[in-house]
Amino acid sequence: MNRLFLNKAILMLSTLSAVIGLGFLLWILITLSYKGIMSLHWSTFTNDLVEGGIRNLLVGQFTMALMASAIAVPIGMLAGIYLREYSNNGKLAAVMRNLSDVMMSAPSIVIGVFVFALLVDPFGGYNGWAGIVALAIMMIPIIISTTDNMLSLVPQELREAGMALGGSKHKIILQIVVKAAKVGITTGVLLSFARIIGETAPLLFTSANNQFFTMDLTEQFPSLTVSIYNLATYPDEASRELAWAASFVLTMVVLLINLVGRFITRSKK
Amino acid sequence: MTTDTMIMEVKDFSFTYAGASSPSLKKINLPIEKNKITALIGPSGCGKSTLLRSMNRIHDLYPGNHYEGEIRLYDGDGKGGNILEIKKENDFIKLRQDVGMIFQKPTPFPMSIYDNVAYGLKLAGIKDKSEIQGRVEKALQDAAIWGETKDRLKESAMGLSGGQQQRLCIARAVALKPDVLLFDEPTSALDPISTGAIEELIAELKKDVSIVIVTHNMQQASRLSNYTAFMYLGDLIEYGKTDKIFLNPSVKLTEDYITGRFG
Repeated sequence: MNRLFLNKAILMLSTLSAVIGLGFLLWILITLSYKGIMSLHWSTFTNDLVEGGIRNLLVGQFTMALMASAIAVPIGMLAGIYLREYSNNGKLAAVMRNLSDVMMSAPSIVIGVFVFALLVDPFGGYNGWAGIVALAIMMIPIIISTTDNMLSLVPQELREAGMALGGSKHKIILQIVVKAAKVGITTGVLLSFARIIGETAPLLFTSANNQFFTMDLTEQFPSLTVSIYNLATYPDEASRELAWAASFVLTMVVLLINLVGRFITRSKK
Repeated sequence: MTTDTMIMEVKDFSFTYAGASSPSLKKINLPIEKNKITALIGPSGCGKSTLLRSMNRIHDLYPGNHYEGEIRLYDGDGKGGNILEIKKENDFIKLRQDVGMIFQKPTPFPMSIYDNVAYGLKLAGIKDKSEIQGRVEKALQDAAIWGETKDRLKESAMGLSGGQQQRLCIARAVALKPDVLLFDEPTSALDPISTGAIEELIAELKKDVSIVIVTHNMQQASRLSNYTAFMYLGDLIEYGKTDKIFLNPSVKLTEDYITGRFG
C-alpha cells in the first residue's frame, strides 16, 4: 500500500516537473514564433539595420562566427590531438585538461572584458577582430574537449594496426585515428558553432555593433545578438518588433545547426 | 637447427613493461623456422602476446618499455640484424613491412575496402597506380576474400562481417609481401565458420611467409602449427615439433597444461 502510493506520488511529481519544464520551453518557442513571424517581412532580410532590417546583422554575425571557427577549429583540434595522442596523459596533460574545463565554464562576459583590455583599449576602439577573438576563445575549449573525447573512443588496436603496417605516428593519427573520429569531431564543431553564434556578452564591448553594412573588421562590426539587446530596450514599437524578428531568425539558425549536427551523428551510426 | 632454416631467432630475450619492477619475459630463446607455423601457447599472463608484440616492436607505441637480448631477423643470405637495435623511423617502417601483424579484433580502417589494402602500400612509398591496383587484387585473392569484395571495393570496410574484416586485415598485411606474419589470437573474436576460413587461410599462407601465432585454443595450435612453444609466467618452458609437444612432452608442466589440468 505504502509502496504503491510512493510509486504513484513520484510518478506524478516527475511527470508534473517534465510538463512544467517543457511547458515553459513551448511557451517561449510559441511566443517567439508568433511575434517573430508577425514582425517578419521580406524587407527584414534585404534591409540593413539603419533601414529597419537585419541583413547586415546576419552577415556580420556569421562572418564573426565563421572567422572565429577558422581560428578555433585548428587550434582546438590540434590541442585535443596533443592531449590524447602525444601527451602520454602526464601532468601537463592533466593541467591542460583542467584549464580547458575551467575555460569552458568561464562566464562569457569575463572573456569579453579580457578581450576588451587586449584588443579594444590598446587599438582605440571597438572592432570586428576583437569580437572574433572573443568568440574563438569561447570556442577553443569546447573543441579541445570534443576532440579529446572523440579520439579516446577510437580503439587502441586501430593505432597498433596502423603502426604494424609501417605507418609513422603522425600519419596514423591524421589518416586513420582522426578519420575514425571524424563524425564526432564534426558534430562537436557544429554544436560549438551553434553555441557561439548566439552569444552576446563577448561581443557587447569588443565588436559592439554597427547600423550599416560593413566587411571592415577594424571598425565596429554589425551583430545580430547585440542588436537584439539594443532594440529590445528602445521604446518604439518598430524597434521591438525588429528585435522579435531577429530573435526568431537567430533561434531558427541555432535550431537548424543543432538538427544538422544530430542528423550527421545519427546517419553515421 | 641452422640459421638457413630460420627466419627469426630470439636470443636471451627479456622484456620489462614500463613501470614494472620485474621482467615479463625472462631470457627467452626461440627459433622461428622459415615457411613454418610456430604456435605460442600458455595460460593468460604467460607472456606469449608480449613476446609476439616484441617481434615487430609494436610495444614502442607506448613509452618506457625495456628490451634486453636479441631478436634477429634473417634475410636470404642468412645474415640477421638485431631488431631490438632499431632506432631510426625508416628502419622501423622497414621492420613492420617485413614483419606484419594481425590482431585479435579485426581492425579495418575507416575507409573503403580497396583503400584498406592500398594504405600499407602507399605507406611503403609505392606511387604507381597500376602496381598498387595489381597488388591489392593479388592480396585480396591470397586472403581468399576477392570473390566477396571484387564488386564492392569502393564500399566502406566497416560494412563487412567480422570474419571478412579479419581476412581483409590479412590481405592488408600480405600486400606488403612480408617475411613473417604475427597472429595475435586471430580467431578468438570470430564464429566457428569464420575461424575455419581463417585457419585454412593461415595454412595456405605458409607457402610464402613464416608465421607465428598466439592462441588460447589448443586444438587450433595442434591443427595448424609445425612447431609449438609452451610458455609459463614469462619463461619458455618447452619448444619443439608440435606432434612432440602435444603427444610426448618432455616437461611435466607442458603435459599438465595441454591435458587441461590448469590454465
